[in-house]
Amino acid sequence: MTGLVQNAIDALALGSLYALTALGIGLIFGVMRLINFAHGDLIMIGGYALIVPSSAAAAVAFIGAWPAPAMVAAIVFIVMLFALACERLAFRPLRRANPSVLLITSFALSFFLEHLVVMIYGGRVKAVSIWPELLEALPISGVRIPYLQIVTIGVTIGLLVLLVLFLKRTPMGIQMRAASEDFSTARLLGVRGNRVIAVAFAISGLLAAVVSLLYVSQVGALTYSMGIPLVLFAFVATVVGGMGSLTGAVLGGFVVGIASVTLQVALPVAMRPDRDVFVYGLILLILLMRPSGLVKVKSIEEKV
Amino acid sequence: MAGPDTEGGPAGLVWRLPVVGLRAFWTPIVLSLGVLVIVLAVWASGDTVLALAVTAALIRAVMVIGLYIFIGNSGVLAFGHATFMMVGAYGVAWLTLRPFNKSFALQLPEFLAAHQYPLLPSAIAAALLAAIVAFVVGIPIMRLSGIAAAIATLAVLGMFKTFYSNWSEWTLGAATMPGIPIYVDMWIALAWVVVALFVAYIYQRSKYGLALRASREDEFAARAAGINIPRQRLIAFVLSAFFMGIGGVLEAHYLGTIAVKNFWLTITFILLAMLIVGGQRSLSGAIVGVVVISTLIEILNSLEAGMNVGVAVLSVPIGAQELTIAGLMIIILVFRPDGIMGGREVPWPFGKAGRIVRDPGAVESEHDPLRRGLAQRDSAP
Repeated sequence: MTGLVQNAIDALALGSLYALTALGIGLIFGVMRLINFAHGDLIMIGGYALIVPSSAAAAVAFIGAWPAPAMVAAIVFIVMLFALACERLAFRPLRRANPSVLLITSFALSFFLEHLVVMIYGGRVKAVSIWPELLEALPISGVRIPYLQIVTIGVTIGLLVLLVLFLKRTPMGIQMRAASEDFSTARLLGVRGNRVIAVAFAISGLLAAVVSLLYVSQVGALTYSMGIPLVLFAFVATVVGGMGSLTGAVLGGFVVGIASVTLQVALPVAMRPDRDVFVYGLILLILLMRPSGLVKVKSIEEKV
Repeated sequence: MAGPDTEGGPAGLVWRLPVVGLRAFWTPIVLSLGVLVIVLAVWASGDTVLALAVTAALIRAVMVIGLYIFIGNSGVLAFGHATFMMVGAYGVAWLTLRPFNKSFALQLPEFLAAHQYPLLPSAIAAALLAAIVAFVVGIPIMRLSGIAAAIATLAVLGMFKTFYSNWSEWTLGAATMPGIPIYVDMWIALAWVVVALFVAYIYQRSKYGLALRASREDEFAARAAGINIPRQRLIAFVLSAFFMGIGGVLEAHYLGTIAVKNFWLTITFILLAMLIVGGQRSLSGAIVGVVVISTLIEILNSLEAGMNVGVAVLSVPIGAQELTIAGLMIIILVFRPDGIMGGREVPWPFGKAGRIVRDPGAVESEHDPLRRGLAQRDSAP
């Protein structure tokens, strides 16, 4: 029983990270049909912003040494700024391009950002520790649940609630939903396209920053390609959940997280290194049965 | 609309006269000759370091043509083609390593462990293995819509990379596998480029290629015309994987070593950059892209190293090189999304090109802003 509880919490915590990442990707896909490969690199940039820019082997905490509220605010601000800069410089000129061109542009942008970081910080792994106290376990006997996992799940639930309120209750949120439904018509009805897209990128940056802080606290290391595994699973989560659906993205994120943890536990020890093979395989199987994902979205289907 | 690259005409018209053969195969002939000229010039210069770099670029060209067969004709992006390179490279290693080398760390079945097979049949067998893998994974993926398919191919790459890096009995896991016979030089790589060019061109002019290209231009019209899109995409996917497999095989026999980590996003990115910069919608674009990006890589290499070291461009993330290529790619995408060639093939220089264009609308639309606007609107979601 205690094992089950522990695994469930593990699955939810991992699923939370994937869900938040998938949500950041899904929001932008909604308004401009862009699958943002560079989202993972925003997460990476959030991590690197914690330390002093230098290519020395040892990382010196910079923003990472600030008190928690200032640190969170600063990282969120920096990542948002990068997200908005990406939008302005790379994606806005391509607003009318088709989704394939946007996807490949974000792939190029991802490489650009990664190697920018390599040039500034060097390519080596850097150790960084923020909030080490969060890695201690809850004082419950029999299970090992770090505080961090509870924080991760709590923060995710909080952000999801806020996002739902934003999308359902605020004028900007409603405009964003309208733009996701039909961008051209929404603009004809007075929705300001540039502003909606910029806000979507800002929120996406916020989500990336939060994932960044949670993820870095957990793994305690920075590499220039650290965003890739997250973004790969989040991509897969958005496809499994149903492209264009935010509920689907969240659902897909949790499906991928739960599948990973379940397989980790259920597979024989010798096969555990191959876990991801089964996760990806499972996803292909889901797609085989439901090619449009778990949540089907009408507005995504092309009209003749 | 069949696009601007319709010269050569429908197969039925072209095959009647042998004289027209030259014209029908004008694109692959010119491209092959162009590549041959480069190779001859390098051979004549006697610069062995440069020859190695050109060999590497020619191997990339085989891969980019492989990538083009699927992406160019279907209009669907694929990020997972490094999978097929990896399958081909390891497949050929199992076949052509000396039994003595295999006995060290690999636990292969008897027919592989005890024998060393001839090089060319092994190369083809390994590439066929890649094609079979593509066929199996392609069945579910080709049913997906364009963007979802692109991401699903990424899942395939993730899956195979994880699998190969843990399958120590066959692949030595994440370690480098050494001892593969080195025999690929400029001429062998050139021969494969020519084969790939002709096969890719014959395919894109065949009824299968034309059907797929029709679906690229207008999915709904193609479907209404009775084209089974998933099936056409699958055919291209498998053919494309075959040449990616050959690319992996050549790479293995060129470097003499293979490692799983070299078949990941960096090579995917470089190959895609070549295809996009040159122009993903034509075979000529694929070759132009390889030439441009390879030259750029060479220049950057010699700048970074202070001296030209030739071939080592595969895995070292030094930064500036990828940064420049990525920057160039974004600029091309913003200002010229159809790449340098803009979807055109090498034009036939003798006589009026207009005579052999079967679909006048295709050419008109290129110059008619209204039609172009409409085409853009149609291709937007």
